Amino acid sequence: MSDQAILPRGLGAPLGAGGAGVGGRPRRAPWVAHSILPGFGLSLGITLVYLGAIVVLPLTALALRPWELGLDGVWRALTAPRVAAAFRLSFGLSALAALLNAPLGLLIGWTLTRYSFPGRRIMDALVDLPFALPTAVAGIALTAIYAPTAPLGHFAARFGIKTAFSPLGIFIALVFIGLPFVVRSVQPVLQELDREVEEAATTLGANAFQRAVRVILPTLAPALISGVSLAFARAVGEYGSVIFIAGNMPMRTEIAPLIIVMKLEQYDYAGAAAVGLAMVVIAFGSLLLINGLQLFLARRGRV
Amino acid sequence: MTAVGRPFSQTRLPGFAPLLVIASATVMTVLVLLPLFVVFSDAFSKGIGHYLAAITEPDAVSAMKLTLLVAAIAVPLNAVFGIAAAWCIARFEFRGKGVLLTLIDLPFSMSPVVSGLVWVLLFGAQGWFGTWLIDHDVKIIFATTGLVLATILVTFPFVARELIPLMQDQGSDEEAAALTLGAGGFTTFWRITLPNIRWALLYGVLLCNARAMGEFGAVSVVSGHIRGLTTTLPLHVEVLYNDYDFVGAFAAASLLASLGLVTLVLKTGLEWRHSGELSANRRH
Repeated sequence: MSDQAILPRGLGAPLGAGGAGVGGRPRRAPWVAHSILPGFGLSLGITLVYLGAIVVLPLTALALRPWELGLDGVWRALTAPRVAAAFRLSFGLSALAALLNAPLGLLIGWTLTRYSFPGRRIMDALVDLPFALPTAVAGIALTAIYAPTAPLGHFAARFGIKTAFSPLGIFIALVFIGLPFVVRSVQPVLQELDREVEEAATTLGANAFQRAVRVILPTLAPALISGVSLAFARAVGEYGSVIFIAGNMPMRTEIAPLIIVMKLEQYDYAGAAAVGLAMVVIAFGSLLLINGLQLFLARRGRV
Repeated sequence: MTAVGRPFSQTRLPGFAPLLVIASATVMTVLVLLPLFVVFSDAFSKGIGHYLAAITEPDAVSAMKLTLLVAAIAVPLNAVFGIAAAWCIARFEFRGKGVLLTLIDLPFSMSPVVSGLVWVLLFGAQGWFGTWLIDHDVKIIFATTGLVLATILVTFPFVARELIPLMQDQGSDEEAAALTLGAGGFTTFWRITLPNIRWALLYGVLLCNARAMGEFGAVSVVSGHIRGLTTTLPLHVEVLYNDYDFVGAFAAASLLASLGLVTLVLKTGLEWRHSGELSANRRH
């Protein structure tokens, strides 16, 4: 169900059937189950060397370099007003955007799985457009739509609403990039939702609202939470689609990733690393938390 | 297999379904389709001549070449890694597999800017290996190598994540049979495994390539934005946009948008035609 459990999937992941014990020749290290298939050493070797060079070594640098500033130096770097404001903005707007993505994604996912209408398959394919469109392209396009001089931005401005170059502009960009996560998370569950259960509920006298809240929503909750959390994690780190529409005013519309870029431009490597590490830790931590919640709900739903 | 619409809800709630369809279509149009439309309309806003001039100017052409070069290095490397990782993870039982899977997924939960930052921390002027690189006159940051490394990190999990679940689903019975019948390890891989995973491999390569060519945040950090030298196509878009050359920026962006559209069409085609041979989460 939750194929998107990006983070701690390894814990208790279903393992392949494997050919364990078919040939039964004990020839590998004790931490490997017997298999007649060849190539374990080679493939694991490639995997570990590549993983070490591309992921582990760079992340070690990220984990170690902030401490050049000392513990209170890191604390000062992270709590400087401008940095703290960027963190608040990034995490706050990302959470809001992910929350709006929940009903929007649910609506689109529901429509795509439940009804047949002309253009349904095209709409289904287009859901992935925010994934497929390079972020810089989305960024300048959204800016062109919501800038004060553009039709939509101008329209909003008439009601005194500033869209581009304000937190609202960032919010719109984050909703845009987060939408596919929720749709793709809930779609398979909606597809497989047992219609007989719904029909039974109807027979027992449940109305549409009761069916939605008491029958469909509990089944859907883990997938919905997973989709929202993925949208959130993506939004927190998002750069390309936000940076053009944000306006990047200190204390007001500077996002956390931009702080890293700024610090690097000032050759403040340790400071940049501190902000980067904090982002990774917070994003990873919240994903773990949400995954735990999701597991809990899935277990409760099954009983 | 494609989802067959089972519109029985319509019979129970007349009038409700069309409303939801219209609402969905509106959200999709305003939020998702409008930006795509704007890219092309702005690119052609001063006519086709202006458009052609913008995409054939030297800086644009060198940006395209650089983008192709970076993808041509990053994508095959990640594909080979993906196959190797899928082979050891889906075919063998060993301790520490969970850690390995988590590490492979990790780049997905990192900000692109952080994926660029980590390379600067290693190879930048004040990076761990910075002085050594300067002494030996090797340039990584603000050079093609840095762009390639950043791109590899960002697109790292794409192929592996398509192959691992599929190969776990398929199991190793066919390979075991081939080996029992006397086939060598390489023959087994070439004749059994590869044909079984080819569509998923293509799918992963497709997504990996689209992201590699469109990546912005990570390469932006390591690029230095040296025009004609270290600007990939997405960075070229940024440079032009910041210079208020909007038509030029959108013209370059339209190439990237086309790449995205082509990817989307191919990906959807794979999902429709070969859904049985893709990992379960890709079956529509």
